[in-house]
Amino acid sequence: MSTTATSPLPGNKGPGSPRPDTGSGVAKSAKPVTWKTPVLLALLGVVAFVFFGLMGPNQTAEFGISTDSDFFQLPAVEVPAFLGGIVLSVILLGLAAYAVFLKTKDQAAPAWLPITFTVLFVAAFLIWVVGGARTPSISLAGLIAGSVTLAVPLVFGSLSGVLCERVGVVNIAIEGQLLGGAFTAAMVATMTRSPLLGLLAAAVAGAVVSMVLAVFSIKYLVNQIIVGVVLNVLVSGLTGFLFSTVMQANKAQFNSPPGLDNIEIPVLSGIPIIGPILFKQTLVGYLMYVAVIVVWLGLFKTKWGLRVRAVGEHPQAADTMGIKVNATRFWNVTLGGAIAGIGGSFFTLVAIDSFTKEISGGRGFIALAALIFGRWSPIGAFFAALLFGFADNLQSIVTIIGTPVPSQFMAMLPYLVTVFAVAGLVGRSRPPAASGIPYVKG
Amino acid sequence: MSEKDPRKHEADLHPDKPRGATPAAEETAAVVALDTAGGAMEPSAVPATAQSGKLPGGPDTLVRKIFTGNGMVSILAVFLALIIGGLLIASTDEQVGRTSAYLFARPADFLTAVWNAATGSYIALFQGSIFNPRGSSVGVQFAPFMETLTIATPLITAGLGVALAFRAGLFNIGAQGQIIMAGILAAWVGFALDLPLGLHLLLVLVAGIVGGALWGGLVGLLKARTGAHEVILTIMFNYIALYFLRYLLNTPAFQRPGDSNPISPILDPNAVYPQILGTQYRLHLGFVLAIAATVLVWWLLSRSTVGFEFRAVGANPKAAQTAGINVSRSTILVMAIAGALAGMSGVAQVAGTEKVLTDGVAATYGFDAITVALLGRSTPWGTFAAGLLFGAFRAGAVQMQIQTGTPIDIVLVVQSLIVLFIAAPPLVRAVFGLNPRRRKPAAAGTSQKAAATGGAA
Repeated sequence: MSTTATSPLPGNKGPGSPRPDTGSGVAKSAKPVTWKTPVLLALLGVVAFVFFGLMGPNQTAEFGISTDSDFFQLPAVEVPAFLGGIVLSVILLGLAAYAVFLKTKDQAAPAWLPITFTVLFVAAFLIWVVGGARTPSISLAGLIAGSVTLAVPLVFGSLSGVLCERVGVVNIAIEGQLLGGAFTAAMVATMTRSPLLGLLAAAVAGAVVSMVLAVFSIKYLVNQIIVGVVLNVLVSGLTGFLFSTVMQANKAQFNSPPGLDNIEIPVLSGIPIIGPILFKQTLVGYLMYVAVIVVWLGLFKTKWGLRVRAVGEHPQAADTMGIKVNATRFWNVTLGGAIAGIGGSFFTLVAIDSFTKEISGGRGFIALAALIFGRWSPIGAFFAALLFGFADNLQSIVTIIGTPVPSQFMAMLPYLVTVFAVAGLVGRSRPPAASGIPYVKG
Repeated sequence: MSEKDPRKHEADLHPDKPRGATPAAEETAAVVALDTAGGAMEPSAVPATAQSGKLPGGPDTLVRKIFTGNGMVSILAVFLALIIGGLLIASTDEQVGRTSAYLFARPADFLTAVWNAATGSYIALFQGSIFNPRGSSVGVQFAPFMETLTIATPLITAGLGVALAFRAGLFNIGAQGQIIMAGILAAWVGFALDLPLGLHLLLVLVAGIVGGALWGGLVGLLKARTGAHEVILTIMFNYIALYFLRYLLNTPAFQRPGDSNPISPILDPNAVYPQILGTQYRLHLGFVLAIAATVLVWWLLSRSTVGFEFRAVGANPKAAQTAGINVSRSTILVMAIAGALAGMSGVAQVAGTEKVLTDGVAATYGFDAITVALLGRSTPWGTFAAGLLFGAFRAGAVQMQIQTGTPIDIVLVVQSLIVLFIAAPPLVRAVFGLNPRRRKPAAAGTSQKAAATGGAA
């Protein structure tokens, strides 16, 4: 491609570019095409071929699509695991070969390639896992619906991270915001007997945690990562202390919140697969979709979003243009905390009907990973969170149907994927330029 | 980080920072990690104070130094955190609740109840961690202190690992995973092999150190090669290590014969640390090694070339690179050494305190190590002292919960408040009215020059 402009390689095919240079093409040309993606794809392709294909199980994997409550029934899909594994892994190898071919012509792999590769790889993996199980049958509808449910706090958490990092503040305290939200939601919902007030209180609690982060990192210029790490400990200690002293002493009065009910939209909720995930959710679930869309629209389609991103990328320039950098940061971080707090309420108002210590169980860190995996974009973070929710759900399902893969390795998967992601498998992820750097007007 | 005092060699590593900034700017500048070298390197993750361990602020009068210096701020921060913790304890105390009902009629009752609730818990904490006057003999009376030292051992070594990485500008959240990996290897060598006395223990120690060093070094390698952020990497590596440990504990190789519980066999008697002060205390050789490690890290940082390179990279990676220091090599090496130090904590756990491997081998030592290193301002002896303090908190909290019913979690609150306050000296000084003349409480926000290079570099 237009690498010719920056690094004239001896074997390059002249100055002419084989493809019309679009805007993105110009941007990409700054970095030379590396061998990283083709090599990794090829490696994964070989892994898929050997494990999912050649060593594939000799059973038929069955994937149920419809549930009984759907208004029309679709037959279950049956895939011969061995054949399916071979076919899919050959396609994977083909994709990898295409990436290698492109590299030899000094072209970067197009964006669809790694995405298609990932989807097919997951499919091959799923066929392999289910095919090798004692009872080779799972409900795809249940798997996907469960994944979305498990992803709800992750989506809220990563949206909080997106808002904070886009404005230049690293938010390691997502875990604390989720935990604070969960605790407050349980307490307030129980005391007022209103889950809605609990939801509101959770948002306030998340915002308060965020304000501490904002004050210490913006006003006192303390390193943002330090504040985040310490805030997680602080919230964990506070909620644990109050849980032991207040909640346990009087569970009925403080820790038996009324849950949020599923709101079912008639007819639409009967559509197989997408019905339950889009039209049969709790209020928190619907809020999740709204939040993703609103944050995306806000960040990329409004004046406010432009300012926010300017502050996160180049605060000095933003300041010169008359944007109040630190005020923008403060309110964005606060807003992010409120969103994460709502996500926290999921734990006590939807998933479990009471608060326990450390109920968020490290999901704030997975949300952080989802944010990076999703390349600091609300939509990307949403899908990354779904992927992690999927891995989480798959882990519990494969333990039930009994597969050869130890459940611990399934649980490890999101973290391994994140390591691959940050180490540059899925293209180089670049944080907002000023993220983590305090701004002092100069 | 613009130091007014050119004697401090850190200043020489900041050729791109303005010299002779105003005194108001100094303090701000010192607490901000401004060291970002263009797009080439990640910005330093740790404030300059944490890296240098030096006083923020130029030469000043002795009195001001005492009252506004780091030492005083640290003490005041601990004090402030204890007060807030005490108020929290009091707020949930039954007696306080009862007396608050007639607060305005007899306020003295209320205040007495508050005082009793808070001090009662802290006295129990003290008795559980330092000295128990009810003991029958001097040995028993000081038993709590020995317990404090035992618990402090893994905190000190893991804290040193975190502190060392801080000094090189790396935020090592991965002590937890490094302890786990070290624990796995050390425990396996300890219970699976059968070797003579001395050699076996040595091998256990080496295995643990190698395990931690590899796990930490891998993060350094990934960061140096791909530029991935070490905070994310270490968090992920913690989880990977934990699930790997859980998997191993579900395999027969790591279980007791004929038992399917996730607990390893007890380590061979030849493979465990001897108890250095007799069998009545749990205190083991690991504590002596922790002291040795502290000396070693001190030497490494302040007397060795490698340590100078670490600090140079931490202060300004770009300048370090220009000066001919191999930044990649330093990154990998410092993470490996940090991992090795955390590995010593893993060994202290499996070969000293626990003598078996369970999935709680690291407890929360790896995360506590971060606060220990921050409290110790990333200096070796500061970390040592902070490790002792947090060890005392943990040891005493158990006794406190038994005696007064105050949950252990209060220790987490106090610990995190201490670190927060220490990280923000202007806040602590403002609370105690110690801010130097002509500066308003909002000292940090007012300085002008500090961020001349601080924006998006």
